[in-house]
Amino acid sequence: MSDAPLLERATPPSMAATEEAWSRVQLARHPQRPRTLDLLPLIFDGFFELHGDRAFGDDPAIVGGPATLDGAPVMVIGHQKGTDTESNILRNFGSPHPEGFRKAQRLMRLADKLGMPVVTFLDTAGAFPGPAAEERGQAEAIASSIKLMTGLQVPIVVVVLGEGGSGGALAIGVGDVVLALENAVYSVISPEGCASILWRSRDEAQSAAAAMRMTAQDQVELGVVDGIVAEPGEGAHTDHGATGQALRAAIISALRRLSGRETTELLASRYARLRGMGAYLETGAVSPGRPKVPSLRRRIGRILHLPNVPRRPRWSEIWPSDDADDESERGA
Amino acid sequence: MPIKFPFSRRAAPSDAWTKCPTCDAQVFNKQLERNQRLCPSCGHHFRMSVGERIDLLLDPGSFEERDAGLESVDRLGFHDDRPYADRLETSRLKTGLRDAVVWGIGSIDGRRVAIGIFDFRFMGGSMGSVVGEKLARCFETALSDRIPAIVVSASGGARMQEGTLALMQLAKTTAPLVRLDDAGVPLITVLTDPTTGGVLASFASLGDVILAEPRALVGFAGARVASDTVGEEMPEGFQSAEFLLAHGFIDAVVPRPDLRASLSRLLRLLPVAAVEDGQPVSADRGRGPLGAISGLAERLGGAVSETIGIDVETAADGNGTGPSSPSIPGREEST
Repeated sequence: MSDAPLLERATPPSMAATEEAWSRVQLARHPQRPRTLDLLPLIFDGFFELHGDRAFGDDPAIVGGPATLDGAPVMVIGHQKGTDTESNILRNFGSPHPEGFRKAQRLMRLADKLGMPVVTFLDTAGAFPGPAAEERGQAEAIASSIKLMTGLQVPIVVVVLGEGGSGGALAIGVGDVVLALENAVYSVISPEGCASILWRSRDEAQSAAAAMRMTAQDQVELGVVDGIVAEPGEGAHTDHGATGQALRAAIISALRRLSGRETTELLASRYARLRGMGAYLETGAVSPGRPKVPSLRRRIGRILHLPNVPRRPRWSEIWPSDDADDESERGA
Repeated sequence: MPIKFPFSRRAAPSDAWTKCPTCDAQVFNKQLERNQRLCPSCGHHFRMSVGERIDLLLDPGSFEERDAGLESVDRLGFHDDRPYADRLETSRLKTGLRDAVVWGIGSIDGRRVAIGIFDFRFMGGSMGSVVGEKLARCFETALSDRIPAIVVSASGGARMQEGTLALMQLAKTTAPLVRLDDAGVPLITVLTDPTTGGVLASFASLGDVILAEPRALVGFAGARVASDTVGEEMPEGFQSAEFLLAHGFIDAVVPRPDLRASLSRLLRLLPVAAVEDGQPVSADRGRGPLGAISGLAERLGGAVSETIGIDVETAADGNGTGPSSPSIPGREEST
């Protein structure tokens, strides 16, 4: 994306881009799209689901356990959405509570202990925002999951299956290789949430989806996703078997690329990958608080009580408070 | 030129008075400035600018800002009702800041610290690439200089206008904390009003000690998002500093007049770990080649050439051009 806009003024997304982005969102949320538990038997052998975070409970919105991939043991963890109303209620529509992330952490520690690679599948609109989740430390659960993954001493391959929704996705989404299905999306906030904050209307979700550049291809261009796994036919929902086969090959290939590495090298390159995320300019501007008079001259001047030696300004004079609390500028 | 919105909570000019949202008292702004921005009648903690925070917490004249030249760029070409670049420019003019975090080296009662401070007035303190980069450098400097790190947060969360690049700042700011653990360097976070979303869901929740100011709004999801999603009104105060203290997620609620002294005491009580044999405590947690996965590769042998549907190599190359912005010199992709 060498023609990426940097400093020139952005324009609203075109109608075509908006339709394209929204159709991907629709496909990523398709009711027949294969979910983690649909795909596991197509990719792995002998998956044994483990339950519970050993502290509070078991969260059905995240599933995980050991399995083998072409004979080698791996730890598999993924969000789990339902396929109909009943199963969606059971799975809380794939939106985990803190105990889900803590279960994932427990499984990752086990993988770390036994030297098993970790494979995760992202498919959530986001971590659940209700009062119970807050009470049990949703933010802490996500933060500590991210931290655990950045230091895990085994290879991690992440696959964005459907919706990669914000912190709830990233909590099990820090990896050495991040793959995405062709029609998967990944975003910092749901398009509806973004629209309700920035456009002040959930009806603008389509515009928000386009503006956030959340398609898999966009994510490759931003460096967040490393590779795209093609979907069969009209989309993964048309052929679960072929989707599973494509994912299996891609995961094996990714793990093979990571296999020869020393642990220190693996961790160093994971660190470099995360550390390089983002876009900014390094301008030569200096701090407004930098003293304009050399400190030696100022110090001597002070001691000798010379006139016209300016004192260093207080920082609150440089950056004072004002009355402009702008409530419209919110984050996710 | 500050842009005023009709719904701005404090519409009065700064040389006049402000209405206290807690006790409805009319407070002169000059009085607020003299009083650590506390309401004189009820003690309500008004938000502070980054400059006021520096003067409050650090020894006079000790603070030296680092990386002052980092500036956000509009990588996505983001446009809602106006371009992201315009919002940045407005915030810069309004606050005199280049982005929502200032970091640098200062001292508290003579003890050097690497400190990052948020200013909520800059786009709601939202965390984009610059905020993430500054904090990562703050933590890395704490690591290399072996001095404690402190972050004072005030943020609505990740900056939506930077899309998943903003989301990735959660990981970018968290990754160095593993190294601080290994090296025995403490991190103290101070949560001020408000600290929500992606900032709370990353480094802010990961302090070795976490302090918060009284009645600060601290929570994962904004109350509006929560009630939209859950479809019920949220209970009063379920996202306050006191709520988090009661549920075991922070260590103390510290009123602003005691904050500096509390930090000073903690810095005395939580020393940076001693260095062994003249060597920094090793961050090498390696334990040799990855046995299991090496075996996997051998077993797979030539089978992987049958890989279909994906070419990770090509995609990774595309990745290299991804951050084509002048941003990341010397940081090689290595996936």
